[in-house]
Amino acid sequence: MSTSATFRVWRGDETKGELVDYKTPVSEGMVVLDAIHQIQAEQANDLAVRWNCKAGKCGSCSAEINGKPKLMCMTRLSELPLDKPVTVEPMRSFKPIRDLVTDVSWNFRVKKEIKPFKPRTPDAPDGTWRMAQSDVDRVQEFRKCIECFLCQDVCHVLRDHKKHEEFIGPRFLVYAAALEMHPLDVEDRVADLKREHGIGYCNITKCCTKVCPESITITDNAIIPLKERVVDEFYDPLGKLVKIFSRRKKDA
Amino acid sequence: MPDFETIDHDVLVIGAGGAGLRAAIAAAAENVKVGLVCKSLLGKAHTVMAEGGMAASLANVDDRDNWRVHFADTMRGGQYLNNWRMAELHAKEAPDRVRELEAWGALFDRTPDGRILQRNFGGHRYPRLAHVGDRTGLEMIRTLQDHAVYLGIDVHMECTVVTLFKDGDRVSGAFGYDRERGRFKVFRAKAIVLATGGIGRAFSITSNSWEYTGDGQSLAYHAGAVLQDMEFVQFHPTGMVWPPSVKGILVTEGVRGEGGVLTNKNGRRFMFDDIPENYRSQTADNEEEGWRYTQGDKNARRPPELLTRDHVARCIVREVREGRGSPHGGVFLDIAWIKAKLPNAAEHIKKKLPSMYHQFKQLADIDITTTPMEVGPTTHYVMGGIRVDGDSQMSTVPGLFAAGECAAGLHGANRLGGNSLSDLLVFGKRAGEYAATFARERGAVTIDKGAVDDASRFALAPLERAGNGSGDGPYQIQHKLQGIMQEGVGIVRRDAEMRKALDAVLAMEQEAERVSVPGNREYNPGWHTALDLRNLLTISEAIARAAIDRKESRGGHFRDDYPDKDPTYGTFNTTLSKAADGSMHLERIPIPPMPAELKAVIEENK
Ligand code: SF4
Ligand code: SF4
Ligand code: FES
Repeated sequence: MSTSATFRVWRGDETKGELVDYKTPVSEGMVVLDAIHQIQAEQANDLAVRWNCKAGKCGSCSAEINGKPKLMCMTRLSELPLDKPVTVEPMRSFKPIRDLVTDVSWNFRVKKEIKPFKPRTPDAPDGTWRMAQSDVDRVQEFRKCIECFLCQDVCHVLRDHKKHEEFIGPRFLVYAAALEMHPLDVEDRVADLKREHGIGYCNITKCCTKVCPESITITDNAIIPLKERVVDEFYDPLGKLVKIFSRRKKDA
Repeated sequence: MPDFETIDHDVLVIGAGGAGLRAAIAAAAENVKVGLVCKSLLGKAHTVMAEGGMAASLANVDDRDNWRVHFADTMRGGQYLNNWRMAELHAKEAPDRVRELEAWGALFDRTPDGRILQRNFGGHRYPRLAHVGDRTGLEMIRTLQDHAVYLGIDVHMECTVVTLFKDGDRVSGAFGYDRERGRFKVFRAKAIVLATGGIGRAFSITSNSWEYTGDGQSLAYHAGAVLQDMEFVQFHPTGMVWPPSVKGILVTEGVRGEGGVLTNKNGRRFMFDDIPENYRSQTADNEEEGWRYTQGDKNARRPPELLTRDHVARCIVREVREGRGSPHGGVFLDIAWIKAKLPNAAEHIKKKLPSMYHQFKQLADIDITTTPMEVGPTTHYVMGGIRVDGDSQMSTVPGLFAAGECAAGLHGANRLGGNSLSDLLVFGKRAGEYAATFARERGAVTIDKGAVDDASRFALAPLERAGNGSGDGPYQIQHKLQGIMQEGVGIVRRDAEMRKALDAVLAMEQEAERVSVPGNREYNPGWHTALDLRNLLTISEAIARAAIDRKESRGGHFRDDYPDKDPTYGTFNTTLSKAADGSMHLERIPIPPMPAELKAVIEENK
């Protein structure tokens, strides 16, 4: 690995911004976030960036590295060509606040609109519940989500078509799926998914699945089963193709 | 005349990790107006990093477990400096707090009969940790967060508190700024719960995030509260050591719980070489028995890798110092060897330790199912903190409460793994409830305008000095401090070195007062780092003073010049408070005698 590299970092705010080049030494094992921190400590004290865990666990350091949505703390420099500048830009689907920090508050508002967890009455003798590991496995996959919002960043419905008012995006379809498939949950969110949450906008391009740092199979395991439930309960054009001959009531 | 917004709450919770969220939920349940302030976005707090699990004597895996055994384990682990009332409440209430999380949607791993599965952990006699693979902290914080957002709590994200206000003796509010725009906020509150976590950023090798700058401990101290046990810092035995950029990142104790072993460069399991007397009867004396224990054999004793963290960390330091370490200055932690015992070992490891597998694969190019990891001690946790009443969690300042890592008492001289997540829930709930009651019973508070002016002057100073500031920038000062603490008051301590470190810390206080930062108030991390320096310096001074005073070795505090435990030091807690002249005052406060019932519990579990 060469001993220094150039990072082309987006600096700016809501009104304007530009890419600025910083050259900084690199060493074995470094990740993009290390380089950003080094630049911040030595050349640009006020370079704004979010991070917490530096271990891919908190989902704070999302950015677009050479145009690809990634966690900065989990992107090793050895994966990138260092003979050209590495571009580091904020997530483009969200309004910039400053430099690499974007306004993700919309996500927090969206979550509140999804009906909360509602468990059935405890039915085990000790006043709790019994659940088999095989029944919690698939929901545990969804609960790995670190809320990095990279899937929201990449989804064209939000990124290109700006349907933020009508579509909750892949992250919250995963959230809704985790609730709907929770072995104890008795709430029904299917009507909301269709009417309020805009699940019909998703045309299963699977871009979200590709960027998920937690390797959650967002489309196949969360969105498609939800779409099937919606089809079972309502008419939905795309879902109808999937299940054209088998319209039945949602199994309780 | 500073520009600021005033916001009123009955209860203000500062910090939104496990303890802060649980406190906010508890206060909201009492129908008072609750505000929650956090430095990061909601759900990003350091709690997400907790891997192993939360300790609670549910007795789902071993029905011999109960609160009495958990209490005795916690006291033994803490070398009896614990606040025994907190240890008692914690052991009794943890099971309900875990079940409550399940009722709020948490999905723990299951036993074959469908109950919450529990795993082995260092210092716990029976399998006791409810867990979700190795991402228990994430499950906990998400469950609390998703529960809290529907309760009408006002959440102020990315907001940092700089100082607390008082109305007479009583706490009356807090002054902070929002990171996004740098606007000032004055929070007027009848009661405040501090839940700000730890102090790891005072050291250079740490598993802690940037947020861990000792804010709560320092805010409380400057508001007149007493700190205690600050000499007890936990160095987790297993942090990553290579590559350099990931040095310090935690490797969960769960690896050892699942059968991982520690070896030196000669391939020797060195943990068998030094088993402390008071743990001998509970520890396996051969490798076969240790393995059987990790696989759930109730008649086997635990392998020495699962001794308490302080002891394991010191054994690793010894191996490295005596030249038997791994290439990058650690030792080996090997889980891959279990393929000799289990047919589908690789799959098993990936299932049980998914984030460890992921972490090493991505950050170090190591496949832990085939290759041993290199690990070494990393600053992980502070047992000390704000001195509180065991039942209510109120500090010595009326209306100021503390819960979780920033409070002291439960863990004494050393914390057992798994006792932190349960601590957050048990005492977060208690602090929230008592704070709500306090707020309801007491009248309104006022905030002195002069105090607000002072706070805003302090906050703006680093920016106003920009251009004509002299000396180092905030990152350089922080870096220097971390080096001083790591070297001087780290895992192995000596009088002369600690005194040197203390002098250096005191000298840096002036340096920090001259620090200047470029840029403006909007999302300016240089400015934020400069403002955090006061907290880091205050708690560094507290750690050094307390460590110098304790002339013995106990728990997380190890002195090369006093390598043995001294019973006279087992009778008091070291406390620190701000004297009238602004200097730090140290006092040894005797531990109140333990009631006979609790003494009996300890005896029966000897
Ligand atoms: S699969 Fe659906 S949610 Fe995912 S990116 Fe494509 S359109 Fe968006
Ligand atoms: S689903 Fe994956 S990509 Fe989307 S927010 Fe969660 S972790 Fe990030
Ligand atoms: S800093 Fe936590 S995911 Fe990158």
